[in-house]
Amino acid sequence: MEFGPHFFLASLEGAVNAAVLALMAVGLSIVFGIMRVVNVAHGEFFMLGAVIAWWISTLAGGHPAVGFLFALIAAPLIVGAIAAAADHFVLRRINYDPERTIVATIGLLYVLQQTTLMTFGPEARPVEAPFNKRLALPWFEKTADGFSMYWPWGLSTTSYKLAVIAAAVIILIGLWLFMTRSRIGLIMRATQLDREMALAHGIPVDKVYALVFGLGAGIAALAAVLIVPIQQAHYLMGHDPLLLSFIVVIIGGLGSIPGTIVAAIFIGMSDGIISVFFSPTVAKIIATLLVAFVLIFRPQGLFGKRSA
Amino acid sequence: MSDQKKSPLNVTRRTALKTLAAGAGGVAAAGLLPGLGGYSQLHSAEPIKIGFQVHRTGIGAAYGRWYDRTTQACVEKINAAGGINGRMIEIVAEDDGTDPKRGAEVVEKFASQHNCDVSFGTLFSHVVYGSAPRAGELKMPYFVVSEGHHVASGALNRYTLQPGITDVKSQVEAMAPFIAENLGKKVTMIFPDFAFGHDHRDYFSAAFEAKGGTILEKIAIPPTETSFTKYFPKIPRDTEVIYHVMVGPAVLTFVKEMGEFFGPSKPEIFGFIDSLEAVDIASPGLEFLEGTYFWEGNPRYVQEEQSEFDKAYREAVGVDENGASVSDAKDVSTYAHMFGCWETLHIIKRGMEAADYKGPDDRTKLIEAVEAMSDMPHSMEHPQGAKRFNGKTHQTFGHQYISKVTDGKLVLAHTTSIEDTLYEDEVDYTQQSF
Repeated sequence: MEFGPHFFLASLEGAVNAAVLALMAVGLSIVFGIMRVVNVAHGEFFMLGAVIAWWISTLAGGHPAVGFLFALIAAPLIVGAIAAAADHFVLRRINYDPERTIVATIGLLYVLQQTTLMTFGPEARPVEAPFNKRLALPWFEKTADGFSMYWPWGLSTTSYKLAVIAAAVIILIGLWLFMTRSRIGLIMRATQLDREMALAHGIPVDKVYALVFGLGAGIAALAAVLIVPIQQAHYLMGHDPLLLSFIVVIIGGLGSIPGTIVAAIFIGMSDGIISVFFSPTVAKIIATLLVAFVLIFRPQGLFGKRSA
Repeated sequence: MSDQKKSPLNVTRRTALKTLAAGAGGVAAAGLLPGLGGYSQLHSAEPIKIGFQVHRTGIGAAYGRWYDRTTQACVEKINAAGGINGRMIEIVAEDDGTDPKRGAEVVEKFASQHNCDVSFGTLFSHVVYGSAPRAGELKMPYFVVSEGHHVASGALNRYTLQPGITDVKSQVEAMAPFIAENLGKKVTMIFPDFAFGHDHRDYFSAAFEAKGGTILEKIAIPPTETSFTKYFPKIPRDTEVIYHVMVGPAVLTFVKEMGEFFGPSKPEIFGFIDSLEAVDIASPGLEFLEGTYFWEGNPRYVQEEQSEFDKAYREAVGVDENGASVSDAKDVSTYAHMFGCWETLHIIKRGMEAADYKGPDDRTKLIEAVEAMSDMPHSMEHPQGAKRFNGKTHQTFGHQYISKVTDGKLVLAHTTSIEDTLYEDEVDYTQQSF
């Protein structure tokens, strides 16, 4: 494939990556920003979302869109409820102590992963996309009489992949409005700024924490439902997105939502493009190297505020 | 049976007499001597323990599930017919997580913890590579069902054998002429980036170039990859035939994205069924495969000229005429590979009978007995077809099947002869000491 169309295809693939990564990482970032909890089990909430989407879509039957739409609503709610319960029964009991929450969420990771293995099984299972039309894409080339359009071999995407990108954008805008315009968002931000003061003003911080932890997990589950018709549900699928999310959150600045989104787009796109032109391993190496440089030269992340 | 019942009584009486006569010193002797006397008789009633290294989790899980079912069905059949040398087979299954390091630990457990007579069953070639050296050190016969060329290449040891399934090198040598004559001369290969895929890369390209073809591009994909579109632009425009073989949990995504990439203007496609093992050919998004070809180790769908052996084998394992589980039509088997477990277990049985196998001391006799085997006729023991075992290279050779996707099913288009699959020996394991 020539460079132009090849690059275009790589960018499209990268954009799908970036969309899912942005959602996933924002979930991680909200939890850290408000609760100061490094949630190592975040990837497993993503995996649970995909597995539950498979389960719902097989129960629903009929047109694939019916099961998918139902999964899109139910899976994040179920996963959010599981996460809120985990917050209530585990994280609250250890007083959100930073070291202990890391160990606790590692434990949670294995509990969720192995429970899925024992019930759902080790297979990868597909979820049918509600719609999936192949769209051939044109490219332009310069000929003697100006630019002309042609249809390069293999330059295509699917309607569903474009829909994933659009859905991610809509969800992120919705989330931003929720955090900045709604009363619950205000309470969350107040808790983030000063936990003691929020408590003094009668904000039920425990409930806010459960809600935030559930929200973070729910967003990860939502990202998984979006990607599962492209990738399939598998009990180990949470690992890679978790790693990338941490990379994104560190680069963007822990707890900064705009920083997270910018970094997700950057890492997602570059992962797609570098994988296409070089190799997926090189893409991971570069992303990890970038994290190292950010940690050395700007430890608070690109958009993070230096803590006092 | 009466002998066996009598001997423990004798032992007890003699032990008691000696203990009384000789006192404390006698206890040790009594414990030892009757122990030796009763050993062979007691042992003959004990089961033969076969350590089964199974991919229950990890990227090989779908294969592991069906290898397990085939193994259980086969053991049930052999035991119902009287077992091996009058002893029942007991399968000791351990999950290796499709991981080479864990694989070596599992072999170790078979030897030191479970006291298995032999070990058996591994599929993924990197696990075989990880486990075989340990099996050799422990002097534990290791019967793999893997397809990799690692056994016949001489890279492993005298304790590792592959008598129940053919290897990649022989498979691709038999495929190369078919592709060159029927599909095209310019091939792009897509394969998983580990030992098994490298066997495809090296041996197919050599065999295909010998037939006058050219390999335009070799695209390696990590077996844990989950999205594939980013690899396809590397396919050169003038490719006439795509040769694909993929493994891992994301095989369905791989084939689907390949279809989406090509759209209506696809080249000829020849795949190894590995790319769709345990996946329904009629899955949405795979319609573009209609008219393409697949190598099959054993035809998944019941063919017009089904042998009585295939029929009985299918029934024993619980596979329907579409290659899925009889209890769940969505649970598609790994039909092209799992027959290897069935055939290997029968070879272990014949080997143990020929060697008059009594226990772990006879392990080398067992290996020599298997090395002495050669032609194996198409039978209930070999439902996939006749085999020719090469005792020097520890590798079996057999018929290969090429099927065409027709109306969403795999229909047999060509069967190769055993001669098509032969190549020169690269090793003589019988010259190595035990």
